[in-house]
Amino acid sequence: MTIPTGWQVDIGLEIHAQLNTQSKIFSGSATQFGAAANSQASFVDMGLPGVLPVANQAVFEKAVQFGLGVGAEINRVSRFDRKNYFYPDLPKGYQITQMDAPIVLAGAVTIEIDGTEKVIRITRAHLEEDAGKSIHDAVDNATAIDLNRAGTPLLEIVSEPDMKSAEEAVAYARKIHQLVTYLDVCDGNMAEGSLRFDANISVRRDNAIELGTRSEIKNLNSFRFLEQAIEYEIERQVEALESGASLAQDTRLFDPDKRETRQMRSKETSTDYRYFPEPDLLPVELSEAFIQSVANGMPELPDERLARYQSSLGLSNADARLLSGERPLAQFFDTVANGVDDPKMAANWVKGDLLGKLNETEKSIASCPITPEQLIDLIKLIEAGTISGKIAKEVFQAMWTGLNVSVKDYVSREGLEQVSDVGALEPLIQRIIDANPKQADDLKAGKGKLMGFFVGQVMKETSGQANPQQVNTIIRSLLDL
Amino acid sequence: MKLESASIDDLSQILASRELSATELTTYFLNRIDARSDLNAFISVEHELALESAAEADRRLRAGDQAPLLGIPIAEKDLFCTTGGLTTAASKMLANYRSPFDSTVSLNLKQAGAVRLGKCNLDEFAMGSSNENSYFGPVKNPWDTTRVPGGSSGGSAAAVAAGLCTAATGTDTGGSIRQPAAFCGLTGLKPTYGRISRWGMIAFASSLDQAGPMTRSAADAASLLEVMAGSDHQDSTSLPEPVPPYRQLIEQSIKGRTIGVVPSLLDGVSPAIVEAYQTCQSALASQGATFREVVLPHHTHSVGAYYVIAPAECSANLARYDGVRFGHRCEDPRDLQDLYLRSREEGFGDEVKRRILVGTFALSAGYYDAYYNKAQQVRRLIQSDFISAFEDVDMILLPTTPSTAFQLGENISDPVSMYLQDIFTISANLAGLPAISFPVGQAEGLPIGLQLIGPHLDESTLLQCVHQYQQVSDWHTRTPSEPS
Repeated sequence: MTIPTGWQVDIGLEIHAQLNTQSKIFSGSATQFGAAANSQASFVDMGLPGVLPVANQAVFEKAVQFGLGVGAEINRVSRFDRKNYFYPDLPKGYQITQMDAPIVLAGAVTIEIDGTEKVIRITRAHLEEDAGKSIHDAVDNATAIDLNRAGTPLLEIVSEPDMKSAEEAVAYARKIHQLVTYLDVCDGNMAEGSLRFDANISVRRDNAIELGTRSEIKNLNSFRFLEQAIEYEIERQVEALESGASLAQDTRLFDPDKRETRQMRSKETSTDYRYFPEPDLLPVELSEAFIQSVANGMPELPDERLARYQSSLGLSNADARLLSGERPLAQFFDTVANGVDDPKMAANWVKGDLLGKLNETEKSIASCPITPEQLIDLIKLIEAGTISGKIAKEVFQAMWTGLNVSVKDYVSREGLEQVSDVGALEPLIQRIIDANPKQADDLKAGKGKLMGFFVGQVMKETSGQANPQQVNTIIRSLLDL
Repeated sequence: MKLESASIDDLSQILASRELSATELTTYFLNRIDARSDLNAFISVEHELALESAAEADRRLRAGDQAPLLGIPIAEKDLFCTTGGLTTAASKMLANYRSPFDSTVSLNLKQAGAVRLGKCNLDEFAMGSSNENSYFGPVKNPWDTTRVPGGSSGGSAAAVAAGLCTAATGTDTGGSIRQPAAFCGLTGLKPTYGRISRWGMIAFASSLDQAGPMTRSAADAASLLEVMAGSDHQDSTSLPEPVPPYRQLIEQSIKGRTIGVVPSLLDGVSPAIVEAYQTCQSALASQGATFREVVLPHHTHSVGAYYVIAPAECSANLARYDGVRFGHRCEDPRDLQDLYLRSREEGFGDEVKRRILVGTFALSAGYYDAYYNKAQQVRRLIQSDFISAFEDVDMILLPTTPSTAFQLGENISDPVSMYLQDIFTISANLAGLPAISFPVGQAEGLPIGLQLIGPHLDESTLLQCVHQYQQVSDWHTRTPSEPS
């Protein structure tokens, strides 16, 4: 979508990333998705009288990893606050969050749109607990509450309003998704709500300096909905302002079926959350040694990997981007590339055959039936000239369906090694030349295209096992070319 | 020896020598409790549970178990979560609530062998200074049943004073252990904030709440504190320092100790209490203590700061009582809003509502800086007043209350005069310091209590000082007369 002429758009995102810790942020309950309702709600999660929160140290490490991943300053002393509001799936009547002193201070990420890079500033990221779930259709005339999610650790990542289009917002959201999954601080599973977006959108006249009145669209749980919601919202706001109406700050929800946003509450009816410091928890003090140890344990970041694929492995920007995009794929590729002589060949196999097959069968790299080690074996056989590229593709198919022996044993069992033996090939090729005298004469007379004809005949006779390079040489020598 | 006024040490000896079994002792006290139901000191008397615990204590005694409170009959303020019976916080909201877990304090006492006889009455959610704010009715002062026992741990104080149990637990957010201890002639200790775990203690104001023992003597308080105190991984604010052997340490002399006095704060205090303040100093001086005047310049602002911070925290702490998961729920709510409004309207008493309202207001946008932030500033100033004072003295002697126990109904319609009851006790909570109230005299048959405030984690010195005082005085051994 293009931005309406004469208008500018400003978008900021608040991204809630569920941290993939084993237990909740303030209790020992498990965080596993999909358990029976309320089976993962402890006394603390239920907010029973007399319970107290105890911070799970693992969340600090994950938050710091994220902070270092976006080049942010880590707050040496951060604090928890209470955010007060009543809702049935908020058991204590307040959410423990970080208001005044978040754990991650200002940072930034770089996005790329059509080859142009742009920096998006991150204001802060803070820790908080998730609420439970209200289920409105499970029981007649009642709302059911599932507190399994209550207390799941969240990192809320707040950006500056630096994005100027839905496309940029989605690129930024994808970048954060990539980063949190790369760092393994969040599983990135959007369908399970592991990453959720709130988008703050406003429009202003091209020449205006001040930001326009914003609407906040809550709880978008896919890149597509994020894009659609922003596009709808831009259109709605511009239309309203162009028709002379004025906009009031509000909070809205996106209806994916109707593809429109509708008002949830206006600013006038917005809640006063009465934040104040959480007296049940001590300030979070992070030592230099702790931050340094997290820094030392940081995995290679997506941007670093992208650069390495281009500079060290000599991949094209497009290939490098594709292969470094997701950490599991990049790890698969790295293993293969390290195990073979030619990283480009590794890249071709992974991005071509492997990704093609994964897409075709709608599988993720995690459920790929071929291991990196098998692919290494296959590429090594090609590099050694043991099999041809053509045969390799057939072997690949067999690997996909499942081999019960090693790749090498399979190739030899099925007799798929290339025939490179001059003694074996020469009589065969002579026979083919003799059977096709006209074509042989034409080739000799300079019709180079006919070389392919002869090679093809040989390959046909050998069921593709002849080494094409070798065949070529023998034909040339027999015909004195 | 009268069992009802015997010390923990005496009872331990009787039990160890098999003169009496824990079951016999428990039965004796349960009968006394039943005979004094007029005091309304208990919300629930746990006959069966107590006899089970006593039987267990007898087994342990026979097995030669040396647990420090084995077979000792105690009572717990009904603010501590306990399994097996009700935990009500003296609120209609939790009138039928059964906790699925025990507070750390209750577990510690249980492991030490104490036999809990029941759960004591209190001001609803520990909010009050007279024990008149209980859904289960007011508690009466055993020294004069027309008077209040103090609050909020009024039931615990009345129970110990009337000899219905040997010791009791209390909680102190702004004086709720010390003021009733003073009104009932007991020794009551509020330890350093964090010394005793808050896990399972129903929260009123989290940054101020602290559990403590209520006993006749400092020696008993030391025995109880030793069991109650300790770090707890379930309470992030609990302190990691090891628990000293208080019972042993109190035997040391107080010779050479310097005690701070604050004459400037005595204006408006009843003459009998001022006189007791002087007499007590002479007694302590005879033990080798010296006295020195100190100033606490911001002390007078403590009530104001407290009545912003405590309500602010309580407004959040009590939000969980919404009728959704547990506790009182109104009949046939029309919708969610109605469920919230009526459940809370019906479930909470007036004082609780007043504090929730005050706290909600103090935290509201536009008022936060003027109230909550200002109160926190005052709190820090009060803390630094104490730090300066403790550069010169080992502890500070103050009255616990401005007067002796007042009449039931006397202050109930005037919240501010009720709040001013706490004028001497609140500052120790704001500063997180240990403070102990102990009996030093009587006026017109009513006990007078004074208070010692000590530096961070120096409970030992406070207990030691009171114990040494109790070697040369007998106020702590006096008991109210009983109805014939």
